[in-house]
Amino acid sequence: MNSFTYTRATAVDAAVREKSADDGVKFIAGGTNLLDLMKENIERPTRLVDINTLPLTTIDSTPEGGLRLGALATNADTAWHPEVEKRYPLLSQAILAGASPQLRNMATDGGNLFQRTRCYYFYDLATPCNKREPGSGCSAIGGYNRIHAILGTSESCIATHPSDMCVALAALNATVRVTGKNGERTVQFADFHRLPEDQPQFDNTLAPDEIVTAIDLPNEDFSQNFSYLKLRDRTSYAFALVSVAAALQLEGNTIKEARLALGGVAHKPWRDSAAENLLKGQPATEETFRRAAAAVLQDAKGYGHNTFKIELAKRAIVRALKQAAEGTQHATEAFKNSNP
Amino acid sequence: MSTSTTQAPLGPPAIALAPVGTVTLKINGVERQLQIAPWTTLLDALREYLDLTGTKKGCDHGQCGACTVLVDGKRINSCLTLAVMKEGADITTIEGLGTEEKLHPLQQAFIDHDAFQCGYCTPGQICSAAALLTEGKAKTTAEIRELMSGNICRCGAYTNIVAAIEEVLNTPKA
Repeated sequence: MNSFTYTRATAVDAAVREKSADDGVKFIAGGTNLLDLMKENIERPTRLVDINTLPLTTIDSTPEGGLRLGALATNADTAWHPEVEKRYPLLSQAILAGASPQLRNMATDGGNLFQRTRCYYFYDLATPCNKREPGSGCSAIGGYNRIHAILGTSESCIATHPSDMCVALAALNATVRVTGKNGERTVQFADFHRLPEDQPQFDNTLAPDEIVTAIDLPNEDFSQNFSYLKLRDRTSYAFALVSVAAALQLEGNTIKEARLALGGVAHKPWRDSAAENLLKGQPATEETFRRAAAAVLQDAKGYGHNTFKIELAKRAIVRALKQAAEGTQHATEAFKNSNP
Repeated sequence: MSTSTTQAPLGPPAIALAPVGTVTLKINGVERQLQIAPWTTLLDALREYLDLTGTKKGCDHGQCGACTVLVDGKRINSCLTLAVMKEGADITTIEGLGTEEKLHPLQQAFIDHDAFQCGYCTPGQICSAAALLTEGKAKTTAEIRELMSGNICRCGAYTNIVAAIEEVLNTPKA
């Protein structure tokens, strides 16, 4: 780890000012990803501004009837929060599918959005990586790429976004509240992260001096028919090869509203509105689900070791939609998925 | 309650490192002040400055759980947090859970169930399990396994670790 100075933030505005005045400043909250990257010399901030002092830890109802997750609420407190468990169990389940109890106790909801890819070449300073060192090349294309992206890739980068929580937030139409030099703004969750294109060094669309203060969940009910299905190399505590957040609103056996987002397949949580539209108004049958799955993967591209993900993702979508339609999953039973 | 200040581990550093700050931590009930560089992890502060070597450094990247301690009652990976970030926090390490004369019930259960081989992961396993008990989310064997997944045992003593935790979980409090 490089040497750096350390200060504590006194207010959101002051933190934004400190960051905009100095490129070497990084905010630290849970620190679970940042400190790991600093130990690898991938991140080398000259100053850390500790934002844990800011009053952003609460989970409150919004005037519109939704729920506001403070940026500094921990992943664990969020997943086990009674209102989240009751009204947004898909989110609880996604959070509990990720990391370990220790990491979930440390990691914050805002910080989760800023997790960087776990691409092995991004972590390996001895190899080229356009995300770590723009213009140096991508070692995963033509290299070992079993965990890499199959959707929305570019010639510059095939890294995936590692978060489970963000896949559920994308499906649930969350909005992100952000404060910068010019005041506060909101970002639709689907617009928060970006595809790599020719600038994979940028994971998201925020300005460098902006800070996330909260994540808002809308007043929508997907608490009955949902599933977060995560497929990985071991039963627990591993990143997703493919994950699916599926949520339905049913009238009898007809799909009234549908949400579908994938993790582990792209540079951002992969929400597919066109596939959702294929589900709406249709009977909740395996045939319908297969059509939607085919639509999601129609432009998928394999890179060799990860080509199996295309078929895996199709089958995972069908299974997750079936589980959602059957309404068999509940947040507190999240473990059943990982312990068959 | 005693307060002591610890300045440097193992004698003076080879080169002068500039920015050093003071942090006060309450460790196993004792308030300790440290003169410490900001890049010192809580794990290194415990082991190198305070001689609390029960907490182990395994991977140093938050993947193995050997460094698990309780901060304000919650289990965390002490390798992935900075000591300066824990100003004023109440920290419990394996040294604070039980004594040789009066073992913590988990320590006794680990012995009874032969829940370790080399023992390196054991302090982390026990601290993690202590938090699991207070969290109250694990009720079944499967749930214990899932909620202990952040603690890796390279010897593969998992079956006995789960059995030890399950015994304590199912023992009514006296």
